[in-house]
Order: sequence, then C-alpha cells, then structure tokens
Amino acid sequence: MEHRKERIDRGIKARTEDIYALFSYREMLYLLVPRVIPILVLFLVTLLVGVYWQKVLISTAVFALLALSWDLLTAAGMVSLGQALFFGVGAYITGILNHYFNLSPLFTIPIATVGGGVVCTLLLLPVLRLRGIYFAMVTLALPLMLVRIIEATKIFGGTEGLSGLAGLPSTRFELYLSLIAVLAVLFFFRRLINTDYGLVLRGIRDNDRSVMRSGINIYWFKAQALFMASAVGAFAGALMTHVYMFVGMPVFEMDYSILPIASAVVGGMGTFAGPMLGAFILVPLSEALRGVGGLRIVIYGLFLVIFTVALPEGIFHYFQRKYHQFERWVKVEK
Amino acid sequence: MKEEAPFLKVTSLTKQFGGVRAVDTVSFDLKKGEILGVIGPNGSGKTTLVNLITGFVKPDAGKVFYQGRDITGMMPHRIADLGIARAFQMVKPFYQLPAFKNLIIPLFSPRVKRLTGGKYGDRDAIAIDLLEEVGFERDSFVPFKMASVLPHGYLKRMELALCMALRPELIILDELFSGLSMAEVASMLPIIEKLMSENLTIIMIEHRLRELFRISNRVMVLNYGKKIAEGPPKEVMESEEVKKAYLGSEAE
Repeated sequence: MEHRKERIDRGIKARTEDIYALFSYREMLYLLVPRVIPILVLFLVTLLVGVYWQKVLISTAVFALLALSWDLLTAAGMVSLGQALFFGVGAYITGILNHYFNLSPLFTIPIATVGGGVVCTLLLLPVLRLRGIYFAMVTLALPLMLVRIIEATKIFGGTEGLSGLAGLPSTRFELYLSLIAVLAVLFFFRRLINTDYGLVLRGIRDNDRSVMRSGINIYWFKAQALFMASAVGAFAGALMTHVYMFVGMPVFEMDYSILPIASAVVGGMGTFAGPMLGAFILVPLSEALRGVGGLRIVIYGLFLVIFTVALPEGIFHYFQRKYHQFERWVKVEK
Repeated sequence: MKEEAPFLKVTSLTKQFGGVRAVDTVSFDLKKGEILGVIGPNGSGKTTLVNLITGFVKPDAGKVFYQGRDITGMMPHRIADLGIARAFQMVKPFYQLPAFKNLIIPLFSPRVKRLTGGKYGDRDAIAIDLLEEVGFERDSFVPFKMASVLPHGYLKRMELALCMALRPELIILDELFSGLSMAEVASMLPIIEKLMSENLTIIMIEHRLRELFRISNRVMVLNYGKKIAEGPPKEVMESEEVKKAYLGSEAE
C-alpha cells in the first residue's frame, strides 16, 4: 500500500483574482490574519526593544525597501545586481541638498526620492534593451564606477564624505518612518503587480516579443518600473543619510546590492512579502551573530546555503502554501 | 477603375545573416482585403520576411510601405500600433495565468485605447469574448483554465486571438497550423474565413498547402530567400520551379 500527500485548497470558495465574496467573520479573519498579525507583531517589537535594536530595525527596514525594489525590477524582467546604485544616489542627493543648500530633511527626502529615481532611470536608460545577465552586469558596474568617480575627482567631500548633516527628531521617529514606508511600498507593489499594468510588466519578463507585437512600448514600461524601483531605493538611501547624519563612499558598497538579493532568495521571489520577510530575518540575524566573532560570516553563509537548499521556493511561498491548503496522507490503491 | 496605392508594398527587401542571404531582394504588393499565402521549403526565409515587415529584424536593404507610409526599420511596437498584428510560430503564453488574462496585454495597448476612445469597458470580459470567438468553449470554462494546461491547439488559437485583440488591419500568421491535427485545422478554417469576410488583409505562412490554396487569393513561393513564383494558387501549383524547390531537382 502506497501513500501520497493530498493537498486540498482551504478557505474561501467564491474567490477570483480581485473579487472576494465574504460570508462570515471566519472568512474575513482568514484574509485579515496573515496581513494584520505580522504588522501588529512588528509594532509590538518596536515598543519592547532598546535603542540598539531600534537602530537594527531601521537598517532592516532599509534593506527590506531595497529588496522590495529588487523584486519589482525582477518582476519586470530586469535582474539588478546594483541596488547600491539606487541607495547611493538617493543618499548623495540628500547629503548634497542638506550640506550645500541647507535644506531640511522635510525637503531633502522627497526630492532625493524623486530625483534619485530620475537620475538612476536616466543612467540605466541606454541599457534597457539588454536582457538578463547583460543588464545585471551594467547595474553591477555602475555603483562601482560612481564611487571611483567620487574618489578620483574629490567632489562631494571625496573620500571623507559629507558629515554633520541634519538628523531626524528621534530614533523612534526614524524607526516608524522607515517601517511605514516599507509597509506602504509592500502593499502598493503587491496591488500594482496584479493590475493590468502589472500584467504588462510581467509579460515583458516572460515574453517581451509578444508584448512588443501587442503594440506596447516595452522600453517605456521598463523605464516606469525602473523609476518606481529606483525611487524606493533612493528613499532608503535618503533616510539612512539622515539617520547616520553622514554620507560617504560606503553607500555604494556591495552589501546594499547583495543583501537584498539574498533576502529575496531566502524569503521567496516574486511575492514582495517574501523579500521583505527575508530582510527581516537576515539583517537581525547578521547583527545577532556579531557576538560570535570571527566565524560570523561563516555561520551566516551556512545559514544561507541551508535555506536555499532546503527551501528553494522561499519561506514565504512555503508558509503561503501551508496556510492555503490542507495536507493529508491518503492511501493509493495499486 | 482607378489605380489605388497598395495596402502593403515591399520593395527589394534584403537581409543577410553572416554569409547567408536569408531574404534576397523580395518585392511584392498587397491589396486591402487580400489573402496572400507564402510558402517555401524550410529555411527559405519566410519567418525572416515576417520579422522584417514587423520590425523585429532591421533590413539591410529595401523598403516596406504600409498604407503609403514608410515603416522600414520602425520599432515593432510602432508597427503593431499602426495595425499590423503577427502571430508567432512558437507560442509562448503566460503559463501561470488563466487563458483570458493573456489577452489583457494587447487590450491594454495604446492602439486599442485609441480605437475604443478610452471606453474599453471590462477588459476581462472582452478577452473572454475574443477567446470564445476563436473556439474556447465558455460553457466548459476553457477561457478560465491556466494556459499551462491547455493543449497546443488551444494555444495556437489563443495566438490568433492575441492578434485579433489588437483590432488590426493586417494580420501576419506565421505557421498558424503547424503542429495541429487535420481536425483542428478544419475547425480553425472557419475562424480565418470569418476574418476574411471582415475585409481584413492576411498574410499566411504555411506548410499545409491544401488549406492554404483553398483560402488564399494569391500565393508567393520563396526558396533560399528569393521569390521564385507568385500568382493564383492554381498556377503556382503547376509551376515547374516550385515543384523543383519542393521535391528537389532530378539527378543529373
């Protein structure tokens, strides 16, 4: 007698892509619990932890924003290895505006968000035709190039960077601003990708020739997706600049490119919630491992390997499946 | 009768890939409402010709005029926007989506928006109607099935629906019948005939000669990138040169 695992969809019977027929509190709770509980837990945690872990949460949120931005680009068929570009450009715009023009964070952050989006989109506009690894190589090279330009020409403080920038009112303010931004971007992207507009973006990833023959300018759509993604990344950079009250060459570091991708892989690509979840696991983990000392990176790397091998679909996909389906073993008659 | 400008005019179109002339000085005219069949052995440049007309490949020499307008070297989406829709030989739909969601992309295009004056209504409903037109049985929920579970025949029909969704004036069908059974082809012919009755201009590339000769007004034969014959189906079938290209010349 053999056994096989049977999976049955749980939950709401009359469900389509965007219309939910809710008949009872049970069904409403079924939808609300996975969205509301994590948010409540997150805000509860912010109330309980001390200043150090609040700072960690801020940088977690920043990496989560970069991971969300990465996931949007991937959804539109652009694999980015240079999230540091968006982050760095946003950070430097903020720094310049604050240092040379004395603008308060109230103005620098919005200007850097939009301006960073525009600058990054313009920088990558010539390579929008490239696909896959070729596009990825350019995104990898650009932040490395920008950092050398700053070093060589000694503009914007050169290797010293710009310090003594304006700070935000308090750590708690920074924390809530970053967390609200993450949640806003998360829900916006998740909604966007399921609209007809998002469908076109996903179409470009799967079969760009088919989208072209449908009379749609894929470069225009790619540029729009690139703008949204880089604006989110630039916001993260702008926020971090005011948190550190400093901007310098480290903003173009590889960390900002690699960690968002690692988060997306661990959390589950293509869901937005997955990469965010990944960031909320990886960044605090990396901090917690600081006590271990020299072997920190080894343990961290081991963790990444184990996760990718054991759960290649990503944590979020796994939980999603478990939540939406009953599983049971049934006998198979031969 | 007054001489009117041809609907589509192709003049000595040439494309070279390395040392191979995939399309070699091909010229032809097309009147509105005409059905042109294009045949030729494998590798004779049929698909390259389609790619040249629809802008996916830039020609080395020659021009393409559409409704009196030079469209040579335009971007594919601009050409599609002017009303030239093409079906790909290789179907590659969105496998993870229901069939009707695949049609949202052409329905979202600026051309459809313009032609409907912005009032396109519910795109999902239009998509399902279109799929029903090409033979997706709504009663058995075929338009709602995932594209990944649909058989090849349905995917080919969907390719046709994707073209129709664009509200084109010229449809170029690149081997629409390839890989289909006799019965499936027979069930698709009425759909094409319906398009013909709507005064659409169609270029059909096909290996199914019997079906092609039945519906086309004119047939063009390509071999090694060159046009070797053109004319009404009957004449082309009789032509010595065509027989030679298809069956090979006799041993000398």
